[in-house]
Amino acid sequence: MSAQHRQGSSRHAGRAAIGAVAYAVTVFLLLPTLVIMPMSVGPERYLRFPPNGFSLRWYAEYFGDADWINATLFSLEIGVVTTIAATVVGTMLALALVRGRLPGKGLVELLVIGPVIVPHIALAVAMFLVFEQLRLTGTLLGFAMAHTILALPFVVFTVLAALYRFDADLERAALSCGAGPLRTFRHVTLPLIAPGVVSAALFAFIISFDEAVVSFFISNLDRKTLPRKMFEDIDYNVSPTLAAVATMLTLLTIVALVGSHLIKSRLDRRTRTATD
Amino acid sequence: MLQPADLSSRSIGIEIDGLVKRFGAVKAVDSVSLAVEPGEFLALLGPSGSGKTTILMAIAGFEYPDEGRIRVGGEDITWVPPSRRNLGMVFQKYTLFPHMSVLENIAFPLKMRGVGRAEREERARAALSTVRLDGYGERKPSQLSGGQQQRVAIARAIVYKPRVLLMDEPLSALDKNLREEMQIETKHLQREIGVTVVFVTHDQTEALTMADRVAVLDHGRLQQIGSPHDLYETPRTAFVAGFIGETNFCAGRTLCAGVAGQRISVALACGHAVEALAVGALAEGVPVKIAIRPERLSLVEAGGGLPARVEEAIYAGNATTLLLATPSGQTLRLRVPAGGAGGSPAIGEAVGLSWRAEDARAFGDAA
Repeated sequence: MSAQHRQGSSRHAGRAAIGAVAYAVTVFLLLPTLVIMPMSVGPERYLRFPPNGFSLRWYAEYFGDADWINATLFSLEIGVVTTIAATVVGTMLALALVRGRLPGKGLVELLVIGPVIVPHIALAVAMFLVFEQLRLTGTLLGFAMAHTILALPFVVFTVLAALYRFDADLERAALSCGAGPLRTFRHVTLPLIAPGVVSAALFAFIISFDEAVVSFFISNLDRKTLPRKMFEDIDYNVSPTLAAVATMLTLLTIVALVGSHLIKSRLDRRTRTATD
Repeated sequence: MLQPADLSSRSIGIEIDGLVKRFGAVKAVDSVSLAVEPGEFLALLGPSGSGKTTILMAIAGFEYPDEGRIRVGGEDITWVPPSRRNLGMVFQKYTLFPHMSVLENIAFPLKMRGVGRAEREERARAALSTVRLDGYGERKPSQLSGGQQQRVAIARAIVYKPRVLLMDEPLSALDKNLREEMQIETKHLQREIGVTVVFVTHDQTEALTMADRVAVLDHGRLQQIGSPHDLYETPRTAFVAGFIGETNFCAGRTLCAGVAGQRISVALACGHAVEALAVGALAEGVPVKIAIRPERLSLVEAGGGLPARVEEAIYAGNATTLLLATPSGQTLRLRVPAGGAGGSPAIGEAVGLSWRAEDARAFGDAA
């Protein structure tokens, strides 16, 4: 074996070792999530790993229980309203930050980042105190407002990234073609930043749908979100239904992420420019 | 098929009056006034930071001036938003809409003007044909070369028969051969459709090739506006003399006073007295810069004229450039066209330099 050959194979071995470590870390991080899946199909009344059989009775339990279904529907409702509100407001904010000549841009940016920096528990307590006064706890409006604030930074930064990649001269070209600012946005800016906006919308939905801390505080006995209902279930009766719900939540998140990736790459292909 | 003439518009002129634009403490445009004649091709020429692009952006409506007025066809458009100015604009980087086909790009301005689908398509195809790209309508901009994309951008800018076409260094992204081809093509197109063009460039050759008149700018100020011939032959400032074409500058001091255009004597740093035309009134004993083109210098026998020594001969096929050192340590360039009588002097040879007084221009400190 020549020296060169040996060197090549040792480099190969090094790369394989790095790959193995990376996979090990990934598995370590994912394992707790993956363990919940087999647990959700066990036939017994208690969470058990590994399961000693296969049964879908806990899934049936979930779909048969009005409490679970109501919590899920409420979470979906909040998720949809939050997605629309956060995407519209966030996109407008991002546009204002990039294109606008508004004074105090730095302050606006700081306010947008705020919810990421402030501990959620502090935010949750503050919202609870304010919402309680305004009778907004347990209402769609209250949840949608709270979740929109939480989702906004992610929407703004995702759309900002798309706007930075976007050539502002295209907007000038549209204006010079006779399109006013609104039609320029509709015909040129929006189609070209659409991949970013779609990602942002999905982010907003996922953030709202599995938000637990704030929801824990601003839920009430009648109206609660799915994560809050899951918390309660852990406290009172730890049944495999919880594992079934967690499994479905995980799968939904994966589907949303993969879906957003597919839509994004499709839109990206459609809008790619020669100069890229 | 529509003939190019169908795209022609009754062209109109532009008047810029006392334009000032500040960016912070910097005056990007400093009291510029100029008029563009209907149907004229005007180049705004200057180095980067000269304010040429800012002036174009003010005409297009993308920058609002701090002072001054802009009139197009007699109508004051200083504060009209860009989408209502009805001017064509071609940008440096093509700026075609990547999500639309070539034809959709060209039809876009018509769509914004509420033209029906059938007429839109017919007129877009005619414009595409004007820029010689028939058959490319269904492609995406990314499937075209740089030169083709810029032709599509021009088609998009003329399809709605704008009264004025603004071009912001539209050819600078193209390689040299294509750029020269597009310069001539753009010029032909402009003549065919008779539109008024304002064309920004930092390339003096491009400006001289294409424009009827050239406005030379430096540090936000209009230095001179005139035909390429005027700028080359009678530059009004030392900046214009140096920026347009090649020029030798020699420092000296006037030996007599003179009014504009008068022949005066100037003592060079080496003490040698030469003659030049005064640009503006000059007092006696003031420092001046003498500008003289390399091809207007001529060689005489050593001992006559301004003494110099040949340092280098650069052969370029159609001409040879001699680098000549004067006693004051300055290097002057002299161009000898190929095929002239007599050979070039040898390197190191002592020669004499002379020129006709009317080919040399003396600029005072103010110019």
